[in-house]
Amino acid sequence: MDNNIFGYDHNNTWVHQLTGTSKLLFFILVSIIAMISYDVRFITLVLILSLIILYQSQIKWSQVRLIVKLILIFACLNLITVYIFSPGHGAYLYGTQHIILHLGYFTLTKEQLFYELNLALKYLVTVPISLVFLITTNPSEFSSSLNHIGVSYRLSYAVSLALRYIPDVQRDYQEISMAQQARGYELSKKGKFMTRIKGVSQILIPLILSSLDKIQVISQAMELRRFGKNKKRTWYMARKFSRNDYLTIVLAILIVLLGVWFMKIDGGRFFNPFK
Amino acid sequence: MNKKKLSVQSVVAIGIGTAILFLLKRWVSIPTGIPNTNIDTSYGFLGFIAVLFGPVVGFFVGFFGHALSDFTQFGAPWWTWVFTTGLVGFALGFLKKYMKPEEGRFGKKKLIIYNIYQVIINVIGWLLIAPTGDVLIYSEPANKVYLQGIVSAISNSLSTGIIGTILLVVYASSKVKKGSLKKE
Repeated sequence: MDNNIFGYDHNNTWVHQLTGTSKLLFFILVSIIAMISYDVRFITLVLILSLIILYQSQIKWSQVRLIVKLILIFACLNLITVYIFSPGHGAYLYGTQHIILHLGYFTLTKEQLFYELNLALKYLVTVPISLVFLITTNPSEFSSSLNHIGVSYRLSYAVSLALRYIPDVQRDYQEISMAQQARGYELSKKGKFMTRIKGVSQILIPLILSSLDKIQVISQAMELRRFGKNKKRTWYMARKFSRNDYLTIVLAILIVLLGVWFMKIDGGRFFNPFK
Repeated sequence: MNKKKLSVQSVVAIGIGTAILFLLKRWVSIPTGIPNTNIDTSYGFLGFIAVLFGPVVGFFVGFFGHALSDFTQFGAPWWTWVFTTGLVGFALGFLKKYMKPEEGRFGKKKLIIYNIYQVIINVIGWLLIAPTGDVLIYSEPANKVYLQGIVSAISNSLSTGIIGTILLVVYASSKVKKGSLKKE
């Protein structure tokens, strides 16, 4: 288990200096439009732009190597399963059939290749932006950003508590797991299915019962400090918007409009080069 | 206090619950022996926390926990499945009123009802809502996502059933049974 899962790394590029709010808005808007659009030109454009941002934020390859590899493996597996289950899905979506190879059920069509290319790009398009978001945004600032985009401060605070307690819960889990293994509970691959379920429960029970106590203690402390008394709440890590923040939001809106415009000329979500 | 607002306890329960769900989703899954199919232990925990704290906490624990784990693993949350996890937590939360976990030991009847209900909810969620969302939003081929749906419906019901029941029983037996104390 890696204890710094969010990988925040302090630095001073313009991407780091943007407030969490504008980065979060940018991420949400761009990932929604990239999720809806199936236009390969638009998605490639967004992918190039987000790669430029990734480069500009001076993130080192060693920081993202592992996650990028996992994402690539996951994307490849998914593309292969899509092909195995539905080699004719492309032809169905685009309404034509240009056959490259006759292989019976697995007949390869240009439409299928094109559809899977779109799918691959869609899996990858938001990856650079979310890596930038994870690595350049201070987790403590994240909850104030959530509050600023309209999530109620109670929920934002709950997220902030979650981020704060993930390392604690991880540590507890590791400690309990080692203690239970020392007592002889089988958790490794050697155990049978039911023994492993039992083993996991033997860790979960103390972990969860102690966490319930934690919930009690924390909520009492917060009530003593009158959390939730007022309609609003200020955030220690909140920052003022600068010129670049407004520019980021304008850029996000422009990308969304561009995506909508592409959908208008395509007459739908799909760009069809086979017509 | 205004009923619409979350109580302080719910806020904290969502926070800590999300942290635990995230941990379980990322690292604690049990292989079933069939390749690429794991029992995701987080659904057992989701069932437990939802029954303990109710639908609102259940929804947000599922939603935030799943979203965070997807976000840090794949770079982008798979929204349809994240949302379904939230809905499953929400639906299971309605059992709180019936189960009354704070009143001590469950009878067999309550545990059977819990298990029947959770299987129904998991089937609706993973066989109906999540794959249909994939077809509509992500335009994935239907037979692939419905097969994934069947597999997750089974494995998630097993997790919610076995691990959820164990946790509930242990929790309830740690509470003093209602009416077990008499004035002398």
